[in-house]
Amino acid sequence: MNYGIIKRTVGWILLFEATFFLVPVFTAVIYREKEVYDFLIALFSCVALGSVLLIGKPKNTSIYAKEGFVIVALCWITLSLFGALPLRLSQTYPTYVDALFEIVSGFTTTGACVLSGEQVQALPRCILMWRSFTHWIGGMGVLVFIMVFLPLCGGGNNINIMRAESPGPTVNKLVPKMRSTAKILYLIYGALTLLQFVLLIFDMPVFDAINISFATAGTGGFSVRADGCAGYSAYSQIVITVFMILFSVNFASYYFIICGKFKEAFNLEIRVFLGIVVTAITLITVNLCLSNAYAYTTGEAIRYSAFSVASLISTTGFSTENFDLWPSFSKTILVMIMFVGACAGSTGGGLKVSRIIVLFKGATRETRRMLHPKQIKKITIDKRAVDDETVRNINGFFIAYLLIFILSLLIVSLDGQSTTTNFTAITATINNIGPGLDAVGPAGNFAMFSWWSKVVLIFDMLIGRLEVFPILVLFMPKTWKK
Amino acid sequence: MNVIIVGCGRVGRTLAEKLNNDGNDVTVIDMSAEKVEKVINRCDVMGIVGNGATYTVQREAGIDKADLLIAVTNSDELNLLCCIIAQKEGNCQTVARVKNPEYSADASYLKEELNLAMVINPEYEAAEEIARVLRFPSAIKIEPFAKGKVELVKFKLQKDSPAIGLSVKELVTKYRLDALVCTIERGEEAYIASGNFVFAEKDVVSIVATPKNANEFFKKLHSKGHSVKNALVVGGGVIAHYLCEILSRSGIGLKIVEKNKTVCEEIAEEWEDVDVIHGDASDHDLLLEEGVTRADAFVALADLDEENILLSVFAKGVGCGKLVTKINRMDYANVINQLDLDTLVCPRAITADTILRYVRARKNTSGSNVETLHNLIPGKVEASEFLVRETSPIIGVPLYQLKFKKSVLIASITRSKEVILPRGQDVILAGDSVVVISSFPLHDIAEVLK
Repeated sequence: MNYGIIKRTVGWILLFEATFFLVPVFTAVIYREKEVYDFLIALFSCVALGSVLLIGKPKNTSIYAKEGFVIVALCWITLSLFGALPLRLSQTYPTYVDALFEIVSGFTTTGACVLSGEQVQALPRCILMWRSFTHWIGGMGVLVFIMVFLPLCGGGNNINIMRAESPGPTVNKLVPKMRSTAKILYLIYGALTLLQFVLLIFDMPVFDAINISFATAGTGGFSVRADGCAGYSAYSQIVITVFMILFSVNFASYYFIICGKFKEAFNLEIRVFLGIVVTAITLITVNLCLSNAYAYTTGEAIRYSAFSVASLISTTGFSTENFDLWPSFSKTILVMIMFVGACAGSTGGGLKVSRIIVLFKGATRETRRMLHPKQIKKITIDKRAVDDETVRNINGFFIAYLLIFILSLLIVSLDGQSTTTNFTAITATINNIGPGLDAVGPAGNFAMFSWWSKVVLIFDMLIGRLEVFPILVLFMPKTWKK
Repeated sequence: MNVIIVGCGRVGRTLAEKLNNDGNDVTVIDMSAEKVEKVINRCDVMGIVGNGATYTVQREAGIDKADLLIAVTNSDELNLLCCIIAQKEGNCQTVARVKNPEYSADASYLKEELNLAMVINPEYEAAEEIARVLRFPSAIKIEPFAKGKVELVKFKLQKDSPAIGLSVKELVTKYRLDALVCTIERGEEAYIASGNFVFAEKDVVSIVATPKNANEFFKKLHSKGHSVKNALVVGGGVIAHYLCEILSRSGIGLKIVEKNKTVCEEIAEEWEDVDVIHGDASDHDLLLEEGVTRADAFVALADLDEENILLSVFAKGVGCGKLVTKINRMDYANVINQLDLDTLVCPRAITADTILRYVRARKNTSGSNVETLHNLIPGKVEASEFLVRETSPIIGVPLYQLKFKKSVLIASITRSKEVILPRGQDVILAGDSVVVISSFPLHDIAEVLK
């Protein structure tokens, strides 16, 4: 284990976090809020510790797979621990665990909140801005962001970091150089965010537009108003719906479109993803229209169901209508798409469509082998064989994911909430969505959980964002042995 | 520069690493996902799994934007096919490795007709290098510059060498040497020589001189300045073939020991004056019988690295003069160097160096080109030769007035037929060919300045 390079990277992450703090500091200065001091304290503690960690240059700068995982996990934990500081210092959150929950929820782009809608609306603007900004940074990945600015290590080792941080079963570079790839990704990301901001600015205050754009881009879901997105006009809601879908598409596709490679852009994963979205919207709309309990017009029904489906499958977690009150069939579909999640290589969470495709094809293959035991069949995606290594990795991932899910559910159920609440609370955190059903539904929040349940949920969020393995590696005793 | 490398064997891997370090955008292609993975994990390049000779795979690798395609798979035919397709598809230069002697004979025809930028034959290059050191056995390695007018000679200080204990300055004045000391390797460390550096036993020193002066240098200095009259070669493979060809009228008698009878017969048919022994070289009685103790040089060219190293150690033990050992893997070069085996020849490293030299030269068409490039001390010190253009900022100013970067040494200036070993007052003019020793890669001679 190369401790030198790990220490150094954590040092860099703290310095970068210090620069991230400038965003809320700036906001606080504009709105003349006293919380500016809390952010400055956090900023300087980051600078101090970061500089200490950067003393001494490690001789060996190689990052192997092992170091890649550990670096990514430790960086995200450090980032969250310090990011929560100003929230607690400002006394807006009752305990440090609450503050940590909130900021992990921010960085992992979950959007689960421990405050009620009214409390959120009453938050100082700089804190609101910080919460939304953590979504934006966490969405594409902090280490990928740092990679744009400085080469962390020599040679091809950077790919080990990218592998550990980017969502999806495999990582493909867009161009030969890692740094250029990171730059292209952030350029596309920034451009799309800006476009959304411009489209929203006509229809809502600038502050709201910035925050909503950040939260949509990272597929986070923190809002700045008590009623989430319900108070915005139909136009804004449609813009948000479209952008939630756009941000849950593999960013490589945008690059391919720019290059004119349309065939590569609309690959199987995206076609399946869009298929699921359209099917879910149709089913829910029909369900809403047929049941007489809701006074929606057809237009409203489409808009609300589209918004909810986009919000949950992209794992953003914004809400307009309280879908907790919808018929059971609609709710079941929503819970199902919560697990599906976005495409690989996007900013969304969940299992990822590509994994679902491989799992599904794998199950089909095994069933066929019951009939023809000697059959040799390769799993293919876009006419390309998925190598067995990847299939094995996906199966392992899925099992680990399920085990963690069950274990978390067991611990959280000690709190005595309803089974639906517990089940969807874990679903909403491990898939980085935000709202679940019942007590943690769009109208509720996570405040009533005990501190240990919150700690479990914090880990679930990190495990979900970093896709299980980096965090698990951290807990393997072998990782730390010489 | 966008470079595509087809084939991720040892040469492909070395090239990918070095070209990437030079700041090129590199894409590698190989049929084996495992091999591609290995390269991607080691250096910052893009990898594509597939057959590099197909249009689809090349397109995926971005052949339309590529400046250069290098085909270094194991198959000559595949390499040539890759190049042909790349030229039809993109607008790029192509380099192919061609090993088979039958194709190699057609190298110039292939180059011209298929419009290849370069056809490289690793075995032939290796044979040439072996021939050079056999002609000049005091050296470990000889690199020609300025079309052979200047040579960079590397040698090891034996324990009886008079140079030990002298500083660089003292050595040059005491023996009135017309040569420039460039680098000294001591164990793992490498130094670019300064006047006050004191030589010690087992230092590996490299000097720049004209071939004539280099000869003088060794006569004055080296007790072991004998010449090679006969050499014992183990292994009758492709390199041995080329070696026979190159040395056929040089006055160096070759004796080749080869296991395979058909190969023996082939060589015997083609080269009448070469002694061909059919037998297993690992049988040490045979080697003793064939006079390994009296041979001026021992050249180990068997297939296995281990066998070559072992045989060379044996030959050294029984007192054979000059040792040349072929190795395929440079990974353990450090360990092998400790065995004190004179000259090591690695065909793959030579291939990678030659291609790298070509890329560097092509990259810089506006400024002063790199004409030749040698990895003096792999990964640490390079010697590059530049043809200085009129636009270069370095011309017309006496060297002592120029502000050079650290660890840069102007080793020689060749002006038409004259070779100058530069002193402070000397001036570089346009059209000169200049050899620069540096501890970092150079792409333009202007980079030597601060």
